[in-house]
Amino acid sequence: MGFEPILTRHVGQPSVLTVEGYRAAGGYAALEKALAMEPEAVIEEVKSSGLRGRGGAGFPAGVKWGFIPKTDQQKYLVCNADESEPGTFKDRVLMEHDPHQLIEGCAICCWAVGASVCYIYIRGEYVRQADVLEAAIRDAYDHGILGSSVLGSGFALEMRVHRGAGAYICGEETGMLESLEGKRGQPRVKPPFPALVGAFGQPTVINNVETLCNVPHIIERGAAWFRSIGTDERNTGPKLYCMSGHVERPGVYEHPIGATLDTLIDDAGGMLGGKPLKAFIPGGASAAILDASHSGLPMDFDSLAKAGSMLGSAAVIVMDEDTCLVRSTLRLARFFEHESCGQCTPCREGTHWAAMVLERIEAGSASAAEAELLLRMTGNMSGTALCALADAAVGPIRSLATSFRSEIDSHLDGAGCPYPARRYFTAGATA
Amino acid sequence: MAEPQARRPAPTLPDELRAELDALRPAYPTSEALLLPALHLAQRHWGGWLPDEAIEAVARELELPPARVYGVVTFYDLYHQKPVGRHRLRLCTNLSCALRGAGEILELLREELGVEEDEVTADGRCSYVQFECLGACDSAPMMMLDDAYHGPLTPAAVKKLLADLD
Ligand SMILES: Cc1cc2nc3c(=O)[nH]c(=O)nc-3n(C[C@H](O)[C@H](O)[C@H](O)COP(=O)(O)O)c2cc1C
Ligand code: SF4
Ligand code: FES
Repeated sequence: MGFEPILTRHVGQPSVLTVEGYRAAGGYAALEKALAMEPEAVIEEVKSSGLRGRGGAGFPAGVKWGFIPKTDQQKYLVCNADESEPGTFKDRVLMEHDPHQLIEGCAICCWAVGASVCYIYIRGEYVRQADVLEAAIRDAYDHGILGSSVLGSGFALEMRVHRGAGAYICGEETGMLESLEGKRGQPRVKPPFPALVGAFGQPTVINNVETLCNVPHIIERGAAWFRSIGTDERNTGPKLYCMSGHVERPGVYEHPIGATLDTLIDDAGGMLGGKPLKAFIPGGASAAILDASHSGLPMDFDSLAKAGSMLGSAAVIVMDEDTCLVRSTLRLARFFEHESCGQCTPCREGTHWAAMVLERIEAGSASAAEAELLLRMTGNMSGTALCALADAAVGPIRSLATSFRSEIDSHLDGAGCPYPARRYFTAGATA
Repeated sequence: MAEPQARRPAPTLPDELRAELDALRPAYPTSEALLLPALHLAQRHWGGWLPDEAIEAVARELELPPARVYGVVTFYDLYHQKPVGRHRLRLCTNLSCALRGAGEILELLREELGVEEDEVTADGRCSYVQFECLGACDSAPMMMLDDAYHGPLTPAAVKKLLADLD
């Protein structure tokens, strides 16, 4: 393979958990370098690297930073460490094994956009990771990397870990801002965009953990180096893929963006028990399900979009030939039903009805007309709601009803589920 | 006509909680932003859940209407409004865990503990719920036992975990 891991190079090296150890491994040189640059030059470098957001939407990070007004208003960086997209666990690994890489990326971003406060919004369940981060932040304060004068530059920066309390919708950036402000995590109407009116009404950058972890490397090794990694000019840099489901060794695997499923299944030790691949989800619960014929497709933003799915959070969920896709989709539908914040009728009602119809299909009590209804409902949910959760919920359902229509048909009119009666699937979270 | 009820004293936060909360104040520009941290602290103090007393104390401390605090408590899955076991199990049953046998672990929990989801065992020792993806699908099927992650779970591993609970 020949690719040296970049973002995960410190995994399994506990020495980098301290400032001293991280520095010994070359850490904080990028921050030093950035502080000697004009903020605008840092933004230009990140723009020119082509780095796109790793949280799901793939928006160019440098462009987003450029939207922050060059005024002397209070500005914030909120790092999105909510990581709740089913199948995703890369940010957990990054925070647990290399917290200073993230702190360094956040600090560089704050310097670039003129933010003096950074909140790392971490999902409430990541207790251990919050502890690791907090210890690292304390250590960084003690070494003058955070606080009143970052590395003696005179630039003042405060950094705090803020714990969420269990709600997928708080991963949506404006839901996250509401939650940070102490409210229910219900997404806001946009515009105004957070770059102008964000946390506490102030200009705010929101970036994913993995996005920010790329930043020190871009500053240290240059945009041209970063662009040389990946599929093309629009898909650059290293990418963490979260392999789960029916593979022998689930885990995070790092590649130049654009790895194929075939490569990733190899990394993960092959299919579980050597069973044939049936289908996979390339980018988390919100992505359309793809069949095995796509296993050679480069998994980058554009190739997956062209194939009708998305890279999303690069949560790759692998399903073998014995997997019932109706049941799998039903489980995801129940997730979205549970996580809809309820503000928008098409989302609140649509996620509920979709789950009910899928349940009837799985039980064998639905007819072809109901299968059609399912597809119509997804039409009513697309583009009709405030945030992208409704569209996300549609992703797997629509692919089931179109690309895998025979899976539905085989269940209809009393037939019931033709797959082995695995007791795998449950009703989902109720609490 | 009903007798006017004796007013019970408004609940307040214990001093040590207030001190912890005060230490966080400089981190935020508004006191409302302390609400999630305050509820986490209060829940820890009140034995893993938030009785009305706790919610009202937090509301008072942060000068927020209680209704607002209730609204927040009911929004988030990690806050509880009824008693939980001394140990709390959150079993992930989302897709990646389901594909690796979470359903069987759920049945095992029900059998071993003899209670339904979200009920507390008679000895007060534990309660369990299904949970959405916990961000640890690399160790599917997995669960959270109090603050710690455990996985991949096998029936034997689960039995041992349960047997070791105090
Ligand atoms: C329902 C929903 C859930 C989301 N969850 C997450 C999440 O857990 N983590 C994340 O980084 N981004 C999540 N996002 C994307 C964020 O809204 C936002 O685009 C991202 O944090 C921006 O950072 P990036 O540009 O660095 O990717 C979610 C979006 C939606 C609509
Ligand atoms: S689309 Fe759904 S989750 Fe998003 S704001 Fe509307 S109801 Fe809430
Ligand atoms: S699906 Fe169980 S931890 Fe992700």
